Amino acid sequence: MTAPAALPGFGGFVAASMTAGRLVVQPRMGFGDPGRMRAGLARTRAATAHTAGTLTVDSYTRVGDLAAARAAVAEGSRLNGYPIAAHPPATTRAVLDGLFDADFPVQVRHGSARPLAIVRALTAAGLDATEGGPVSYCLPYGRTPLRESVTAWARACELLATTARPGAVPHLESFGGCLLGQLCPPGLLVAVSVLECLFFARFGLRSVSLSYAQQTDPAQDEEALRALHRLAAEFLPDDVDRHVVLYTYMGVYPRTAQGATRLLEASARLAVRSGAGRLIVKTTAEAHRIPTVEENVRALETAAAAAALAGPPPPDPTDEGDGEVYREARTLIETVLGLHPDLSRALPAAFARGLLDVPFCLHPDNAGRSAGFVDPRGRLRWARTGAMPIRPDTAADAAPPTSAGLLAALHHVADRYDSPRHRDGGDHDRPQATPLTV
Amino acid sequence: MKILLSGTASDSHTWNLVYLRLFLEEQGHEVIGLGPCAPAELLVAGCLRHAPDAVVLSSVNGHGYRDGLAAVRRLREVPALAGLPVVLGGKLGVAGHRQEADVARLTEAGCDAVLGEDLDALRAFLAARARKEVPA
Repeated sequence: MTAPAALPGFGGFVAASMTAGRLVVQPRMGFGDPGRMRAGLARTRAATAHTAGTLTVDSYTRVGDLAAARAAVAEGSRLNGYPIAAHPPATTRAVLDGLFDADFPVQVRHGSARPLAIVRALTAAGLDATEGGPVSYCLPYGRTPLRESVTAWARACELLATTARPGAVPHLESFGGCLLGQLCPPGLLVAVSVLECLFFARFGLRSVSLSYAQQTDPAQDEEALRALHRLAAEFLPDDVDRHVVLYTYMGVYPRTAQGATRLLEASARLAVRSGAGRLIVKTTAEAHRIPTVEENVRALETAAAAAALAGPPPPDPTDEGDGEVYREARTLIETVLGLHPDLSRALPAAFARGLLDVPFCLHPDNAGRSAGFVDPRGRLRWARTGAMPIRPDTAADAAPPTSAGLLAALHHVADRYDSPRHRDGGDHDRPQATPLTV
Repeated sequence: MKILLSGTASDSHTWNLVYLRLFLEEQGHEVIGLGPCAPAELLVAGCLRHAPDAVVLSSVNGHGYRDGLAAVRRLREVPALAGLPVVLGGKLGVAGHRQEADVARLTEAGCDAVLGEDLDALRAFLAARARKEVPA
């Protein structure tokens, strides 16, 4: 870490926790009703775990339909998140009062390609940490043109960097390590995470986090996280505080409580052994519905316990970070940076030419010529790379995907963790060899 | 049949749409995909432009009832689309179980079927519509 230990704010909290050898765990949690939201934050804070709080914003606010968010609040309809721009700042301050402090930072999570209203609302309520990115919250998440998202994100970065309260160090996390959540080989996830954090730094942020979502193979994931550390050190300015955040599996989740718990525990161990500072958890309810506060607290405590038992973190997480994932990500990053010195022009240019191409993404600005598959050993690989400057796997099945093949690949992780064989014991981080192609 | 497949206005989920396209194409249907987060106006424009034989709306983010209702009402306001078969699948709300009152209101608004996650029901619904198209 390059940050001084006394750095305030969200990044400083994670840095201090890492120094103390404790993994920060954080839920995805949002309720339309301020009382329920406050109760959720209070329970997160009180959990037997080293936690950060989350305000997840509802989908109407996310797509910029503030009128629909206000109408739902007025009608008392249940929303799938907290409508931060529909409630007055005083309401959000009351939600946070006595909970949000130096020992319990709170981050706003949303998913918006046009985040200005959300950033305005969160800074007005005294908050200074959020997440997303011009690519990762645009392409996989809607139909906003990429150029508009890039412009909106540049302004949002500048607003966040300049309007936080005095003494604060605003923090921005890239969601680039997720994209569509599954079937995207890690090289592209790592590259987008690094490129977005570089974008944030260029537009004024001094504290960032680089994300990566757990995929199909623990060894490949560890390699990807080490590559992420290494590329962050190589490409981000030294005076920008940074940490790595891992997302517990973002694809189709195991349906059984045992399978869901095992997958969460595997992600906590992965976070520790690959030097991540923070983990965003999933619950046993994930496959069925939006989780309750109780289920979230249980997930936080389960992850914290698994992390505590995982042993010490590696002395140098960039070690062995120069494998296949590193080389692929580095090639993608350098290709984009070579297109134009201004990232807000280089990123759209890269997608326009198919030099970045998110597999299975339906956005009109995505070339849509790439595809990923799960190889017989359980690793994620490229079936097709389109115009990207990287090569597809030679073992890839050239046949077009079928609905059954796609479904099997999407359920690969869930099926493995739900299977009795997996539950019966053994090394839970080892994938079973299930031949699957998409 | 020509099917217009779309996500709902506030729903960013994509895998449901990627999967449904393959599923519908394997049933022999032609699929026009609008992608995720399609507002009602875009849906109307898509229907007028492509003249599909049926519309399949898929929603999984917990706003299926609100978004689906707005979409169906808007479609039914357009005279040319008054008789177009429309089916809504996925999740209606955040609760994880089906609310029959929501289904009733969607049906009243002109939704021909509210299917949850049952793909056999979708297959049967479309097969029944396809049979009607064949002159006796």
